[in-house]
Amino acid sequence: MADQALPISGSLAATPSRGAALLEWLHAWVVTVDHKKLGILYVVYALFFLLIGGAEAIIIRIQLAVPNAHFVSPEVYNEMFTMHGTTMVFLVGMPMLFGFANYLVPLMIGARDMAFPRLNAFSFWMTAFGGLLLYFSFVGGFGLYGMGSAPDVGWWAYAPLTAKAFSPGHNTDYWALALIVSGFGTLGTAINIIATIISMRCRGMTLFRMPLFAWLMLVVSGLTLVTITPLTAAQIMLLIDRYLGGHFFDTQAGGSAVVWMHFFWIFGHPEVYVLVLPAFAIANEVIPVFSRKAIFGYPAMVSASVGIAFVSMAVWAHHMFTVGMTSVGNAFFVLSTMMVGIPTGIKIFNWLATMWGGKIRFATPMLFCTAFVLQFLAAGLTGIMLSVAPWDWQLHNSYFVIAHFHYVLVGAIVFCIFSAIYYWYPKVTGRMLSEKLGKWHFWLFFIGFHVTFDTMHFVGLLGMPRSIYTYEADRGWNTLNMIVSIGGIIQAVAVLLFVWNLVDSYLHGAEAGNDPWDAWTLEWSTPSPPPPYNFAIDPVVRSRRPLWDIKHPNDPDWKYER
Amino acid sequence: MSTIPIFADENWKLPSRGRVGMLSLIIGESAIFTIFVVAYVYYIGRSAYGPTPRILDVPYFNTVCLLSSSLTIWLAEHAIERGKIRAFGLWWAVTLLLGATFLVGTGIEWSRLIVVEGLTIRTNLFGTTFYSLVGLHATHVVVGLVGLSIVMLFTLFGRIEQRHAERIQVFALYWHFVDAVWVVVFTVVYIVGR
Repeated sequence: MADQALPISGSLAATPSRGAALLEWLHAWVVTVDHKKLGILYVVYALFFLLIGGAEAIIIRIQLAVPNAHFVSPEVYNEMFTMHGTTMVFLVGMPMLFGFANYLVPLMIGARDMAFPRLNAFSFWMTAFGGLLLYFSFVGGFGLYGMGSAPDVGWWAYAPLTAKAFSPGHNTDYWALALIVSGFGTLGTAINIIATIISMRCRGMTLFRMPLFAWLMLVVSGLTLVTITPLTAAQIMLLIDRYLGGHFFDTQAGGSAVVWMHFFWIFGHPEVYVLVLPAFAIANEVIPVFSRKAIFGYPAMVSASVGIAFVSMAVWAHHMFTVGMTSVGNAFFVLSTMMVGIPTGIKIFNWLATMWGGKIRFATPMLFCTAFVLQFLAAGLTGIMLSVAPWDWQLHNSYFVIAHFHYVLVGAIVFCIFSAIYYWYPKVTGRMLSEKLGKWHFWLFFIGFHVTFDTMHFVGLLGMPRSIYTYEADRGWNTLNMIVSIGGIIQAVAVLLFVWNLVDSYLHGAEAGNDPWDAWTLEWSTPSPPPPYNFAIDPVVRSRRPLWDIKHPNDPDWKYER
Repeated sequence: MSTIPIFADENWKLPSRGRVGMLSLIIGESAIFTIFVVAYVYYIGRSAYGPTPRILDVPYFNTVCLLSSSLTIWLAEHAIERGKIRAFGLWWAVTLLLGATFLVGTGIEWSRLIVVEGLTIRTNLFGTTFYSLVGLHATHVVVGLVGLSIVMLFTLFGRIEQRHAERIQVFALYWHFVDAVWVVVFTVVYIVGR
């Protein structure tokens, strides 16, 4: 981050005061169009909201730990689960993963910057403004009823609850507007990443020599283009209904609440893949480096990713089996959902084959990725279970579903995000994260995760519905709920350790050097942190592992790759 | 990296980032329009009360104006590519004029619907879907007209040169998209839905 030591303008002899220097530093971050600085801003922003969203989760878990609890009021409880979901998907997941893409894609493909640096800055600030708008509702969402109130309609915001008659005040509008605004930011970033990858690659970096990280980001960005925009369209319709008296979702005028569900899940399901494909991208970089082998089945990985993106757009109504569809509709969405398992299975086998026979180093990034493979497999299997319509009729909207998608969102995506931070932190800051704290973080988080979410499956099987404020003591859910909540606390402790590690290692961590992991992609050929111009000389590549070629001139990859 | 000898293709050439970016935007915009079109089609005939699509007049003149503006902007692109700045300015002005005519035509159509027929966005479900779909397209026309006007001003001040051809063509992609969407909207609203 200390990549620019520019003198303060207007200071010739006198050293500037601390205040002026701070202001100049802040100014440099606000006006920056550098992809690395924007990437850092994205990740820091997402980490900030990760803590907030995590705190909301803890409030939910305290409320549910014992039956008949009154830790928070029912109104606040509704706000908590709405804000937890919305925050984690829109203000943590996507900014975090697009932050990584922003920082890493230009470095990996040997470019000077993104294709449109100013659009990049615009996108970040739109996203940031969206997040602030959403949280401003705690203060400003009062409308007719006096005090501030956050959105409380669930992150899926089903009609007709969102109609003006049932959700008076402005909090639902804050929800819709915040997501439209951050949606435009996301759209801008997706366009930027696509243009960067297609048009900015360095000499010799053909599409099939790109690191898989870049490939998957290309697929994700393409998917984002057609995923975020339906949500934007549906939000515009919702606002037309709420502000202009429209009738899109007004059943009394002939409108339909089910149409909202379709539109929401046409966004909502591919969104899962928008979040999980970057997690795959991270695993694709980390697993080979720590197994000391090139990735197994590169073309299969690429085609599986593209396949997942396509299939993911035809599965949305598996969120709606209980709404009622024709048997043909049910069969179609059952089969299409199961089909996702094929490309995903290919990926899991490829990761296993990459590890197979490798000299595995279990440094913290690899620990997180190994746990990811295991947990993602389990999440996929419960996904196949839920894709069976009769099974889903039994368990829809139960904690089994919550456990399933948290296995994906936490067990796969958050684990990969942690892995990525341990892996690339040395490149970004020039310092290593503490391995000892990292191991503590991993094991605590791993144990906490399994205590919480393994148990949650059973609470769901016993029939506990999602989004309920509290429950009677005689349902047989008491012990299990207590265990789930304890697991949540363990995870929170692990995350606080991680934050401490981030701060402490930034100040006192060991020097990283250019290439602490002995990796093979282009970003590790630059100094840590990389200079603003990235590469002093434009790189030229001949294989998928350009740094391997440099380090092993007698045995370069390009002899074997076609 | 200088240790790697240059083996790569000597004429390493990648697509223009402007075109790629604009095409990506068009894909995203198409998804927005798809959702609005699907809503319109699904809600045809489901309005519980109030006016029906039979009150609509088919805007032939408007449609001809907008679609022919795609041809004139193509002629403008063609002209700037060959460095004929005057021809470019002429065709660009015609495009701008045709686009503006379309917008005025929409305004006249809407004012008739609102004042004479009493159809507003809150009257009934048909009003909601009609104004939002046609309005979404009209919004894109407005954005396009702003862009066209900016380039027109630059042309009048003599700041447009042959080297700007690519940027002009990237912008023209957007205008072609707005025209193409109108074909869909026109078909759905004035032919299928009426």
